[in-house]
Amino acid sequence: MNPVYRRRRMVNRIIMMASLLASAFGVIWLFLILLTLVTKGVPALSLDVFTERTRMSGGGLGNAILGSLIMTALATVGGTLIGISAGTWLAEYGGRSRLASLIRFINDVLLSAPSIIIGLYIYAVVVLPMGHFSGWAGMAALMVIIIPVVIRSTEDMLLLVPNSLREAAAALGAHRWLIVLRVCYSGAKAGITTGVLLGCARISGETAPLLFTALNTNQWNFFNMGSEMPNLPMVLYQNMTINSFIPAQVALAWAGALVLTAAVLILNILARVSAARSQK
Amino acid sequence: MNMRSENFTMAPRQTSRNASGHTHASAPAKLSVQDLNFYYGSFQAIKNVSMEIPSNQVTAYIGPSGCGKSTLLRCFNRMHDLYPGLKTEGGILLDGQDIHASGVDINLLRARIGMVFQKPTPFPMSVYDNIAFGVKLYERLSRRDMDERVEWALKKAALWNEVKDKLKTNGQSLSGGQQQRLCIARTIAVKPEVILLDEPTSALDPISTGYIEDLIHELKTDYTIVIVTHNMQQAARVSDITAFMYLGELIECGHTDQIFTDPEKKQTEDYITGRYG
Repeated sequence: MNPVYRRRRMVNRIIMMASLLASAFGVIWLFLILLTLVTKGVPALSLDVFTERTRMSGGGLGNAILGSLIMTALATVGGTLIGISAGTWLAEYGGRSRLASLIRFINDVLLSAPSIIIGLYIYAVVVLPMGHFSGWAGMAALMVIIIPVVIRSTEDMLLLVPNSLREAAAALGAHRWLIVLRVCYSGAKAGITTGVLLGCARISGETAPLLFTALNTNQWNFFNMGSEMPNLPMVLYQNMTINSFIPAQVALAWAGALVLTAAVLILNILARVSAARSQK
Repeated sequence: MNMRSENFTMAPRQTSRNASGHTHASAPAKLSVQDLNFYYGSFQAIKNVSMEIPSNQVTAYIGPSGCGKSTLLRCFNRMHDLYPGLKTEGGILLDGQDIHASGVDINLLRARIGMVFQKPTPFPMSVYDNIAFGVKLYERLSRRDMDERVEWALKKAALWNEVKDKLKTNGQSLSGGQQQRLCIARTIAVKPEVILLDEPTSALDPISTGYIEDLIHELKTDYTIVIVTHNMQQAARVSDITAFMYLGELIECGHTDQIFTDPEKKQTEDYITGRYG
């Protein structure tokens, strides 16, 4: 066998093995995390987890799940509206103007800003003036986190729509806004949906920003956005640390971790499916 | 067929004189280009072009890459307005009216002058919606009328038989040749007067190219057709009038038979015999 070729084949095999090992290393941790969650979380699961509110004696996570759902859903809806509008402006109208570049830069900074900083900011501008923690503040903090994610994916996806389609629609005599609305969005909708779902998954597990804003409560809170809002990540934190001397609370926290992970997993799978559909 | 018979309406009209000094009298001018100059920033892409495009005939632009033929075509429906920094000087008249006049609505102009691009550009929506998109811009049709219009346009573009059972499928899943005919159908559905074709077959295989060329023959009964092509044989096959452009100038323009057999300019002869370009 030709020595040059033999060497090349050797190198190929070594690198291939190395990358296999590297990915296996990553997957193993993910698997272990899931395993721990399932083994510790499943025994603690019961109907009460979803229907009861949290109590010192344990109780359930019903109020926290509801509170998280409310804040995440509102933040996602608001963040999607603002994010898609801004992303559309950047991709379709802003172009390479100075203002667009500035906004793009700020958005990138925001995208990678530590979430605790965002929590602090909302604490300063919403919680302090209001004088108390509230669901509104929690929602606002989550919204500040999801907006840059949606802006970025909207802009990226719109830029993937070939310019020839815009020209073709313009050649039929369509106005600019109609081209964006009917042609560009139908080309980008799968990608934008993916971005929104991933952003939603990201904020559903955020803890730091809620610490300063929605705080937490043991009580039910049905859409009373003006007062403290119970939420899953904070319950996990409290039950696992401050209340770790109560076994029932720790067990509940594991159940909560499982529920949260399952929710994020489902959102990610949905995002994958919608992205795959756009490939067709 | 009705290809050549009734379309050569030799309406009495004055003889026009174009930039290169040739005269030809034929069907009434649908589009009239007058001393047109066009600039991409400081680069002048079209230099003093004047010519007439007769009604219900096929006019072909030939010339080497970068000679300005596509640029000129895109002047006719003011495609250049989409981008900043481009400048047009001189006039283009559609039925005697300046398309750059202040009262002209650019979208209504584009409804009268349709365009098909080099690469097929089906929208990411169903075959049906691809065609309905343009129609809905100007007309409010009932579901039944719209069905009829879609069928009419697809038949006109010789695509109906191939897609009648998949009107709901995504237009982008059709083959390249079908996509291009879909784009032609979409343009026809709006009922324009002029159809601009910018190298419509350069991305297609020979069989699809044949379909489109046949289609061009069919369509000129109802429409004025202007085509830009890299392929001289195509120009010879489909067009009635051929215009040769070089470096932004209109070198020669005349009846296709004459251009290809007995061109007046040496440059034209050199080009069509393959000496440059």
